[in-house]
Amino acid sequence: MTAERLKPLLPVIGVVGLVAVWSFVTWQKWVDPVLLPSPIETAKALWIGMKGVMGFDFVKTVYRTATSTAIAAVIGIPVGIALGSSENVYRSLEFVIDFFRSTPASAMFPLFLVLFGVGDETKISVAAFGAALVIVFNVAYGVMNARKTRLLAAKVMGASRLRVLFDVMLWESLPQTFVGLRNGVSLALVIIVVAEMFIGSQDGLGHSVFEAQQLFEMPRMYAAIFAAGALGYGLNVLFVLIERRFVHWSGK
Amino acid sequence: MNVVSQALYVAPTDDTAVAVAAAASRPHVTIRGLSKRFGTTVIYDKFDLDIPRGQLISVFGPNGCGKSTLINMIAGLIPPDAGQILFDGMRLDEIKFGYVFQNYREALFPWMRAFDNIAYPLKMMNVAPAERRARTEKLVAHLGVKIDLNLYPYQMSGGQQQLVSIMRALIVEPEILFLDEPFSALDYEMTLFMREQLQRIFMETGTTMVLVSHDLEEAVYLADRVLLLSRHPARVADFPKVTAARPRNDATLSDPDFVRMKAHCLEMFQREVRRA
Repeated sequence: MTAERLKPLLPVIGVVGLVAVWSFVTWQKWVDPVLLPSPIETAKALWIGMKGVMGFDFVKTVYRTATSTAIAAVIGIPVGIALGSSENVYRSLEFVIDFFRSTPASAMFPLFLVLFGVGDETKISVAAFGAALVIVFNVAYGVMNARKTRLLAAKVMGASRLRVLFDVMLWESLPQTFVGLRNGVSLALVIIVVAEMFIGSQDGLGHSVFEAQQLFEMPRMYAAIFAAGALGYGLNVLFVLIERRFVHWSGK
Repeated sequence: MNVVSQALYVAPTDDTAVAVAAAASRPHVTIRGLSKRFGTTVIYDKFDLDIPRGQLISVFGPNGCGKSTLINMIAGLIPPDAGQILFDGMRLDEIKFGYVFQNYREALFPWMRAFDNIAYPLKMMNVAPAERRARTEKLVAHLGVKIDLNLYPYQMSGGQQQLVSIMRALIVEPEILFLDEPFSALDYEMTLFMREQLQRIFMETGTTMVLVSHDLEEAVYLADRVLLLSRHPARVADFPKVTAARPRNDATLSDPDFVRMKAHCLEMFQREVRRA
């Protein structure tokens, strides 16, 4: 019985293990302390940073990621539904979507720099571009793979084509739409952090990591990396929670 | 053919005889010259059938003979290549009908509570929400169903879900109800329970029902008449009446007349299977 009750604590073991190994390595000075500060130093840097400049950077990155994901969703979901509801339209555009989805979004930076300059617009629009393609692809797939029986059932009950689209296909595509949103937000964060590092940025977590490295403030650099990691993880958890709330039937 | 089994059913010699047998009450559904092929396989070739009103017809036959195809064509899910299907002389889009799928899990809408699933066809008929609620509650009370209809389908057992499916089909007060192997995804205990439920619903509503079954005992037990189909291209191999009184129960299953009826159907079935 005690073994059963301790099960929820299993994930903690990995974290404790990692910190233990990390502490041991820094204590034994197996790695140059300048390159790998101790966990305590890093935690201190994170604590101080988040109360100050890094906290501001964190908020900036959240703002950019959220904005680009929102834009991507507003464009991607309707387009995905339109594509998915007609197999012929989808097949004719499949290659184009797949091609740009496979193109690294970072390769689009120079183009977007020309279009939007070095401000926030470029970062947000490149991230939105990448995320939108992922969302379009997933939504279209969700709509196309709506259960045939369910579509027939709606038809038999006298639902028009438009009714079938809104009453069945849209709902059927929701689980896959959330897969798209989760992948989309992850991709948007990657693109935003990269953009913050290089394109004349003054703030953001990417900038924070890059600046700390340039100034050789290693504890702060590790702290910024962990902050970015926590953000990515948190966004994923947030979307899983929203999905569980709104797509309660998923997988049942 | 012995005297007893002759008393149990009318054996038609051809399609006109089917029509004559059903003429006691005017047929509900008339099917004339129905043809359907899948690729090069001819499933139906100039098929004629009359479905009598207010009776439960079981459709039984060899695998792949087109049992489901028949009711899917009658219910408009598959377009026939040729032929005419009329309901009291009217087309399908002029009548109210219900359809129950084998796969209840995929036929119900999991994002809606059971109650809203049942009421959904009324929404398609532009019935106002208040009346939808009232009519659904009336149907539930009428059938004496004891399920918490505020649950989502996935929170229910298979039998309960199929019962919800059947109620969803009944809510429009259909003139005819089609059931495509409705119990074959259920376990045996639930199947027995659902047979009783369906029999009760049939006795209370008197709706014409066409039931596809792959279980001979079930087909005979539930039916007023068993439509035995031949191998494709499907013909009516036999269309015997089952005269056992309703409500039928476990005792019916061991009743000599019932057993003979079942044996007769099995014989017809096996003759068709061997014709391969």
